[in-house]
Amino acid sequence: MDKVIMAQDLSLSYSNSETIINKANFSIVSGSFVFITGASGSGKSTLLKSLYGALKPKQGSLVVGGVELKGVTTSKLNFLRRHVGIVFQDYKLVKEWTIEKNIMLPLIINGYEKGVTQNQVDSLLKHVRLKHQAGKFPLELSGGEQQRVAMARALAHNPILILADEPTGNLDDYSSQLIWNLLEGANEQLKTTVIVVTHHIPQSMNVDYKHYHIEYGSLHEVV
Amino acid sequence: MKSFKNHLSLVTALLSILFSIQIFIIVDRSIEAYNESLAKNYSVIIVSQKKLDSKSILSLNSMISEVSELSADSVIKRLNSGISAKNIELLKLTLPKFYKLSLTHYPTPSQIEKLRRDLLTNRAITKIEDFSHTHDITYKLLLLFKNVVSLFAIVVFIVTSLLIFKELRIWQFKHSERMSIMGLFGAPAWLRSAVLFRLAIVDAIIASVLAFGLFIYISSSSWVQEQFSNIGISVLIFDIVNDSTLLFVTAIILSILLASLIVLGHKEEV
Repeated sequence: MDKVIMAQDLSLSYSNSETIINKANFSIVSGSFVFITGASGSGKSTLLKSLYGALKPKQGSLVVGGVELKGVTTSKLNFLRRHVGIVFQDYKLVKEWTIEKNIMLPLIINGYEKGVTQNQVDSLLKHVRLKHQAGKFPLELSGGEQQRVAMARALAHNPILILADEPTGNLDDYSSQLIWNLLEGANEQLKTTVIVVTHHIPQSMNVDYKHYHIEYGSLHEVV
Repeated sequence: MKSFKNHLSLVTALLSILFSIQIFIIVDRSIEAYNESLAKNYSVIIVSQKKLDSKSILSLNSMISEVSELSADSVIKRLNSGISAKNIELLKLTLPKFYKLSLTHYPTPSQIEKLRRDLLTNRAITKIEDFSHTHDITYKLLLLFKNVVSLFAIVVFIVTSLLIFKELRIWQFKHSERMSIMGLFGAPAWLRSAVLFRLAIVDAIIASVLAFGLFIYISSSSWVQEQFSNIGISVLIFDIVNDSTLLFVTAIILSILLASLIVLGHKEEV
């Protein structure tokens, strides 16, 4: 089985502050669905940030999609990020762009042709049940709708890995369920590896998943 | 409307810089033209005991552009009642020679002083009338005008620089978020900043076109032409080729510089 993420003695900290993740060892197999849980401030989001290179390892080794993130160059980091889809709790949509253009972003960055891009966006808008909202700007949508746009953007370029940071943290039950369905669908149908940082694992998960928990800076698998 | 607002602030700042540059150019041209007009009307009179040839006077100082001898006839006419023709001829021979010297440009007081010294090296020259008192007043007025305009240009430059700096902060804030989001999806630096540079270049073009239109209108205004003719000068207000090139290049350089500062000042979100 291919390993999409490998961490050895991984320690993480923000500059000049105390260590947040201490000597974590884990590996994630391609196509798996993983939950990372922990109390507020335990370091869940910090660990996720390190997976897309927003925070470099302080010590140890972290390989994501074949790219060693310790001392990674900008071009290699950009290469990795072009193959990863990220979903944030605060959506991180470009407010002055329409939702179509937001979804298009990873496709433009990956150099897809205009025709392919438009078809993909149309199909994703249907998939996230927002076809009727095409042409609108993010701030014209509800929080749940914005998160569905962010999901569509994360799925647009068929990434090898989806990283989701508390994707349902601000959403109502209906929107949360839609997001979980989309993440499960990507994992089941496209065999995309999905890593979700969350406080609570939903009861109604239809896929097999792995569960890691962070406590006092150490990461351990919950069996 | 939103797109218009996005452009308005930088276009306004760029336009005010272009406006102040062109105004400075016009004032500089006006001063130059006024200087030439003053130089044309200004001359130095010298008195010599003997006849001098033009070449010898011209060689004394490079500022002298033309030498003409003043006829003594008008003076003699006033004296000729009761004087015989023979005596008048004798008087003509004994009268000193008067020369009027035209200069290449309107001189500074120190240049007048040097001219005076140079002329006196010719022993035949006994007296020099340089109308220095009148000259000094006019020259000081010209200098005051120049200084006031320079001060005005500096103030406009400082104010517009502050405006540009403020605009830079707003742009930095506005574009940082989008650039960070693009970075999270692996966009290379050129792609992240492409929108910014495109906006900056479009704004520079808009500001330049507005400035061209404004100055073409001003240069065709009869009221403006009348003001210049009132002070006896003719000034080219807007040189379509040279001035538009200068304004366009300035606007492009400024806006690209602004965009580059934002790109360089952008920090990756962690």
